[in-house]
Amino acid sequence: MQIFQTDLLCIGAGLAGERVAIEAADNGFSVICLSLVPARRSHSSAAQGGMQAALGNSAMGEGDSPDVHFADTVKGSDWGADQECARIFVDTAPIAMRQMAFWGVPWNRVVPGEATYYKGGKPFTAFEKPENEGLIHSRSFGGTAKWRTCYTSDGTGHAVLYTLDNRAAQMGVEVHDKTEAIALIHDGETCMGAIVRCLKTGELRAYLSRATLIATGGYGRIYRESTNAVICDGGGHIAALDTGVVPMGNPEAIQFHPTGIVPTDILVTEGCRGDGGTLLDVNQYRFMPDYEPDKAELASRDVVSRRMTEHMRKGLGVKSPYGDHLWLDIRHLGEKHITTKLREVQEICESFLGVDPVHQLIPVRPTQHYSMGGVRTNKDGAAYGLKGLYSAGEAACWDMHGFNRLGGNSLAETIVAGMHVGGKVVEFLSGTETVIKTECMRDAYRKQEDRIRALIHGTNGRENVYAVRNAMFDTIMKGAGIFRNGADLQESVDKLSEILVRARKVGLKSNGLGANQELAIALKIEGMVKLAQCVCYAALKRTESRGAHTREDFPERNDRDWLNRTLATWAKPEDVLPTLNYEPSTTVFEIPPGERGYGGGKIIPMDTPPKATPKGKKA
Amino acid sequence: MARMLKFNIFRYNPQDPNSVPHMQSFTIDETESMTLFIVLNRLREEQDPSLQFDFCCRAGICGACAMVVNGRPGLACHTKTKDLPDEITLMPLPIFKLVGDLSVDTGTWFRAMYKKIESWCHTKKVFDPTAQEERMDNAVAEAIYELDRCVECGCCVAACGTALMREDFLGATTLNRVARFMLDPRDERTEKEYFDIIGTDEGIFGCMGLLACQDVCPKYLPLQDVLGKLRKKMAFAAVNNFLPSFLKREINL
Repeated sequence: MQIFQTDLLCIGAGLAGERVAIEAADNGFSVICLSLVPARRSHSSAAQGGMQAALGNSAMGEGDSPDVHFADTVKGSDWGADQECARIFVDTAPIAMRQMAFWGVPWNRVVPGEATYYKGGKPFTAFEKPENEGLIHSRSFGGTAKWRTCYTSDGTGHAVLYTLDNRAAQMGVEVHDKTEAIALIHDGETCMGAIVRCLKTGELRAYLSRATLIATGGYGRIYRESTNAVICDGGGHIAALDTGVVPMGNPEAIQFHPTGIVPTDILVTEGCRGDGGTLLDVNQYRFMPDYEPDKAELASRDVVSRRMTEHMRKGLGVKSPYGDHLWLDIRHLGEKHITTKLREVQEICESFLGVDPVHQLIPVRPTQHYSMGGVRTNKDGAAYGLKGLYSAGEAACWDMHGFNRLGGNSLAETIVAGMHVGGKVVEFLSGTETVIKTECMRDAYRKQEDRIRALIHGTNGRENVYAVRNAMFDTIMKGAGIFRNGADLQESVDKLSEILVRARKVGLKSNGLGANQELAIALKIEGMVKLAQCVCYAALKRTESRGAHTREDFPERNDRDWLNRTLATWAKPEDVLPTLNYEPSTTVFEIPPGERGYGGGKIIPMDTPPKATPKGKKA
Repeated sequence: MARMLKFNIFRYNPQDPNSVPHMQSFTIDETESMTLFIVLNRLREEQDPSLQFDFCCRAGICGACAMVVNGRPGLACHTKTKDLPDEITLMPLPIFKLVGDLSVDTGTWFRAMYKKIESWCHTKKVFDPTAQEERMDNAVAEAIYELDRCVECGCCVAACGTALMREDFLGATTLNRVARFMLDPRDERTEKEYFDIIGTDEGIFGCMGLLACQDVCPKYLPLQDVLGKLRKKMAFAAVNNFLPSFLKREINL
């Protein structure tokens, strides 16, 4: 058994993982980052939009401040956010962005003078102040009062990730790429590292660490249709859940995007609809005005996704070998507009579909996009349940997003929370001595060795891993898709319990030798089904509609009974259901629950409304 | 209407003592908007679960799925079957170490390269969290980003004549990265320091100018211009000490 030892083990080397790693390395601690792929291929690289920070440099961002950003964030969360974390986030964001500029991110900068921008597809002129020349510029993103999204052309995630990975290399952070953590080493109280499979050779290793961070991104790949990279399959969450003591916070909070292209689920921007694109059904009939007479295609992300699903359920979707879809039509915008203002869309259509959007319709369907829930942590990023375990980024439920996430807040969260949590990890490493129990390591190692052997030899059965996964795909989408209701959710929960039993009987078809990828998915499938079950069961129990969680049978947001966060743990390995507990959404109210910014809908108020407490003070 | 496609795929698992390198054929029915991402996943799930290949973003952004398709390095995710003949040959990228079948280890190669060129902003300044950000001209920021767009897929290295002949050649991707930092006012390295890194046959003078790198770059980076400018700069840097000053003025050095 090869054993590595380090102060901090970061599982995941995307933006959040590397930002925490750099903070620890900068303070003299040894760090190893594990990554399924070379660090620069992390899903962080795919984010094109930008990062929100209230810098207020641009004309349309004038008058912005962390307070305005805070209000947008809490409102956007449908009051599901932890307001203490949201406050830390908005106050730290401007510093984090400037630091990234210092390290080398080529943020777009303010060009003084008259500038033409677009809002709702219409051009308008704004005047960029000469005194702001060369400061970080910002652009518009949905749901915000001010323009505050820092960006680098159309590749923000890519540019920031490359800069951060450079910095990590400079600081001596080790990245072990093509490795996968398959279990945590722990004794039920303290986390001591992870058991890791090398994806180049298939060899099993042990990593011992004083602090361990889960920064593995979202778990979108428990859905068949997801905009997430194929590596976002919940590996970190599964390792946490398998400890039996670390809870998933709000697993049911899942955001969908209306326009993923079919078949590969790559996004085309919402700008298409903003600029006047329309949605058509199988008869090429424009259906959105029937559902939303005022806003039609311009209704919010969630509303459009819901209406599209509703329409396809009526049998009006377009049949394809990849399932039903609808059409996005931008032909009437004209060649000039499409080849200039919507160039990325044109490129995506041509590169991945072979469709020319100037003359042809684009096949689209609503697609899983972001996981608001994750490994539940406190405001320091420390996971509940195990000492020495941390989490950050999309993997975590640090919980500044609550039940709906604002565009541009998620990418910013990776480095802002990374910076903050990194500081807390440094405090922990400086002030705590961890006793590593080699017995725990040996036990954990042996257990994984046994699992691998059983999968290769088919000791537990010969279920086909892909068949099990497809059954999970069908089931979760039916119950915990865009619309949810008691009956469908109950059916999904029952089915997933059966699928879980099948997942425990998977056996390989191939020989499992070396970097065998069938083995990688087989090692994960039981955990993926458990995650899917956490989503469905938590959604079944939450009898209200909040943010992206929409119950047809409970359309109200119910602050009286549900202003809380789900905590799902997997108490015993043989269970078929998670154990659900609840805690208040926030213990600090800078802003008491109010009107929702989107979708309207009724609200059942709290019996005793909370008093607003000043910035960051506990009530 | 639907074609039957024949795929000849390179197979070898270096970790399996019984495995020998060989080509294996698969057939699959073509569907609408089919990409190699869809093909390879279907082959693994329906025909041979031992098949190894890499995809990550599957959207042309991360560079994970580079392979040689009918003799040409490219990203598999945005290669559409309808642009290919009925018979398609898939090989792993050369130069990089083989993990198995179509999967190669690009990470180790790239990490070694960027340690060699110290791929980060070299500055003596210290970040001040209380200060406003240092200003930068937007045109400069955009020019840096233009070169920063490289996804490190490895296609340019796989297509490079020099890289095939000498293992230590930095390759277009690495030289492009150096050019990015030379452009960046935040990096305080001098021309002499850059010369020490790339003014050799491992670096810019090893390039034979065949320019396959630019032909196969899936991000359409202007590698021809970048390499040309770097070579000129480094050539002048090499003779800088010997040139009389009037000549330097003349050639604007």
